[in-house]
Amino acid sequence: MRSGVIAQKVGMTRVFTDAGEHIPVTVLKLGNCQVVGHLTSEKNGYVALQLGSGSRKTVYLPKAERGQFAVAKVEPKRKVAEFRVSEDALIPVGAEIQADHFVVGQFVDVTGTSVGKGFAGGMKRWNFGGLRATHGVSVSHRSIGSTGGRQDPGKTFKNKKMPGHMGVDRITTLNLRVVQLDVERGLILVEGAVPGSKGGWISVRDAVKKALPKDAPKPGKFKLAGEGATVEAPAAEQEGA
Amino acid sequence: MNLIQTLEKEQFDRLSATKSIPEFGPGDTLIVNVKVVEGERSRVQAYEGVCIGRNGGGINESFTVRKISYGEGVERVFPLLSPMIDSIKVVRRGKVRRAKLYYLRDLRGKSARIVEKKTERPAKVAATAAAK
Repeated sequence: MRSGVIAQKVGMTRVFTDAGEHIPVTVLKLGNCQVVGHLTSEKNGYVALQLGSGSRKTVYLPKAERGQFAVAKVEPKRKVAEFRVSEDALIPVGAEIQADHFVVGQFVDVTGTSVGKGFAGGMKRWNFGGLRATHGVSVSHRSIGSTGGRQDPGKTFKNKKMPGHMGVDRITTLNLRVVQLDVERGLILVEGAVPGSKGGWISVRDAVKKALPKDAPKPGKFKLAGEGATVEAPAAEQEGA
Repeated sequence: MNLIQTLEKEQFDRLSATKSIPEFGPGDTLIVNVKVVEGERSRVQAYEGVCIGRNGGGINESFTVRKISYGEGVERVFPLLSPMIDSIKVVRRGKVRRAKLYYLRDLRGKSARIVEKKTERPAKVAATAAAK
């Protein structure tokens, strides 16, 4: 299992392909996405990578976090997230993951925080049908209708769909195709919509429900700290070892 | 310029470099040569009609062409920069007073005609003046 990346949603546009189709895409930007730490099975009970992205002024950083970043010898990050990986897919601390970590045509799952809708009624929140426009309905055209039975069961069941707060949820959209990559600018163009507002933090990982393409770099495509060259451990070498 | 605008401009430049799009507007009669892919081979099909409006801007610009085909009104919307468009030819300039000619949808036959524009475009006048 390879690591994912932390990206920022830039916005949507379209891409014309050579075949003449145009594809609606969401542009995701990798802003200095570096490995901040390792979580190991001995210490933490599971194997994961801690990644950080964006930048943050050291002045505003709590001392504890400052220590954490100092240990990793990494600039303080705005956003930190964990990605579960298999033991052979660990990437050294300080390495900066690049856009060609993914392959054009592969499928990815993206996770973001959806746009807040405030207190929403049943029609918007749960796609209820509402009440009739005429035939004696007064004032309550968009209300939710009945919420339960009569004397039996004598209560409204728990988890009944009702009006309430909508949005600002953690949403994962599965199986979005990678349309284009821009390594220099750190851009990933993904087909379709991605949850959240522009500028929101998005985590992108290989699709869980689709096979990873064979030419995907393992354990990933990254730039080691203090080095210009990109490093890619070939998969064949690892399998042979 | 933000990143999205930069990306769109790059693509706009890339797509418009390979083709020349004539100056046209609503009311003009156009022949749009569309690439049609049938199985393996592709050919060019002409679609002739009146441009009833242009929409959007930059890479998102599109135009609508309306024609009467076998007594039935047909409208096609083309993205201006679509690679499926082989070429666009202006057959006739129309004199209209609207940006969107949606009123043509309710008209048939004689009343649906558009008067031809007699005056030449300023660019063309300047070109002929320079030639003299």
